[in-house]
Amino acid sequence: MSNPNIATPIQETLKAARAAALFKRWAPPIILPLLGILVFLLCWQGLANNVQTSLGQFPGPLQVSEQFSGLVSAHLREKDKANAFYERQEKRNAELLAKNPDAEVRIRPYTGKPTFVQQIFTSLYTVMTGFIIASLVAIPLGIVCGLSKTIYTAINPLIQVFKPVSPLAWLPLVTMLVSALYVSENPLFAKAFLTSAFTVALCCLWPTVINTTVGVASIDQDLNNVSKVLRLSPLTHVRRIVIPAALPMIFTGLRLSLGTGWMVLIAAEMLAQNPGLGKFIWDEFQNGSSNSLGRIMVAVIVIGLIGFALDRLMLLLQRLFSWDKNAVLR
Amino acid sequence: MRHTHLELTGVGIDFPTDKGLFCALSNVNLKIAKGEFVSLIGHSGCGKSTVLNIVAGLYQATNGGVILDGREVDEPGPERAVVFQNHSLLPWLSCYQNVELAVRQVFQGKKSRREMREWIEHNLALVHMTHAKDKRPSEISGGMKQRIGIARALAMQPKVLLMDEPFGALDALTRAHLQDSLMDIHAELGNTVIMITHDVDEAVLLSDRIVMMSNGPAATVGDILKVELERPRDRMALAHDSRYHEYRAAVLEFLYQRQQRPAA
Repeated sequence: MSNPNIATPIQETLKAARAAALFKRWAPPIILPLLGILVFLLCWQGLANNVQTSLGQFPGPLQVSEQFSGLVSAHLREKDKANAFYERQEKRNAELLAKNPDAEVRIRPYTGKPTFVQQIFTSLYTVMTGFIIASLVAIPLGIVCGLSKTIYTAINPLIQVFKPVSPLAWLPLVTMLVSALYVSENPLFAKAFLTSAFTVALCCLWPTVINTTVGVASIDQDLNNVSKVLRLSPLTHVRRIVIPAALPMIFTGLRLSLGTGWMVLIAAEMLAQNPGLGKFIWDEFQNGSSNSLGRIMVAVIVIGLIGFALDRLMLLLQRLFSWDKNAVLR
Repeated sequence: MRHTHLELTGVGIDFPTDKGLFCALSNVNLKIAKGEFVSLIGHSGCGKSTVLNIVAGLYQATNGGVILDGREVDEPGPERAVVFQNHSLLPWLSCYQNVELAVRQVFQGKKSRREMREWIEHNLALVHMTHAKDKRPSEISGGMKQRIGIARALAMQPKVLLMDEPFGALDALTRAHLQDSLMDIHAELGNTVIMITHDVDEAVLLSDRIVMMSNGPAATVGDILKVELERPRDRMALAHDSRYHEYRAAVLEFLYQRQQRPAA
């Protein structure tokens, strides 16, 4: 038996309490960041309105979002054009074949200007190539340095000297080396791509080397003793003990490396003229239209978002491969 | 005395320190027969673990040496399996895989795949851990981890089982359970065991002989106590056995009167 005069206020109170609890649970993780972004956008717009450059007014968030949709629709238009181009060729080839079944037919590749979206993918492809090259060198090197104090002592000064070198310093050397060594009639890779990828590799090598070394060197002595008692061969020791034990640190290194690599890539692409985001920014800057600054800002935001996404991806992989499920990874 | 199986002769070891050589052990002599259960007891820092590590081959003695079945011990090997104090299981492998790593290494080419699997399962059953074989070490209790550590060591079919304070980190009840299991296993397999312990009751309950070590530096064997209690031993019955209390008193007397605890 319930008294409606009492039940309703109680239900109201409960509802209010639930709403308050929900707010308390979700306010910090969602509302606070949104608030931060909003304040930032307002400040940006306010400041942008007051800055005049030789290319016109500095773009605020509104102009940037216009440029963003402009770039996306340009990409879609270009894609339609490319499709139409291929369709025309196929039609012509079909007609040729209908007249003469032995006719030699070819499909010519579409040679339009790469769009913003294509440039994003070029950048991702380039950074991944550089990152994979770096990892293939850095992980074995780190394991060797972690296992042998002698080798570590011998190599450490080199690591410390090369680690702080800017990608811009490496780039001319890499460019000349690629030109000198990669000589081919019909090259599989563009030279600008190779130069950018190698520069990325050179710069993002070090965090993985250092973290792998530390991870391997700090393996619990008891686990090494287990390996000794079992007389594991050096290769089995590395495979069954060293790599699993150092895996969390290796991943920490890889995450840092990928972050560095992504930063380095933009600079490398600008100078090497690899058709990715770096070249996009450089071309817009040289182009100097009233839309350029807005477009560059779009690239800045996209670069930031992709960098963030890459880091989350590595974190996901780290969680997947980590045997220590209690470790706090952030 | 039965035929000597393991013999330590004049074993001494020096560790280099900033202040020159530190003589941790000097002139340790010990003969152990096959199937014997020997405990090493002494104050912390007296070099018990060092003796064990020398027998395991993890440390190299500076003087003297260790002979097992007529062959000198100069490197670690699975015929002298070690049960480590903090279990030392590989945290990324399941219990089964931890034992498997040892079995694969020791019986490669000697056992078929199926025989290996049966042997791993047999050893897990021996320590009553069949139910948790697919769990990771982080998912089981400290006592269970130590059981797996023992299963891994036993699965190597060692000539000598070396145990470095195997139950030191466990609570009293769990320790009692594991001691009973260890006695059962020892009765069944007749392994030669060297065990380090801090616990006087544990030493008397489990051992055939208790080796009492003097304090370092230059620690050595202070005295050896033969424990002539018939097996199987039952901790409840022994609690009322006067001989048990005499042995216990003898060890305590050595530790607290003849070898004063060093300022710790």
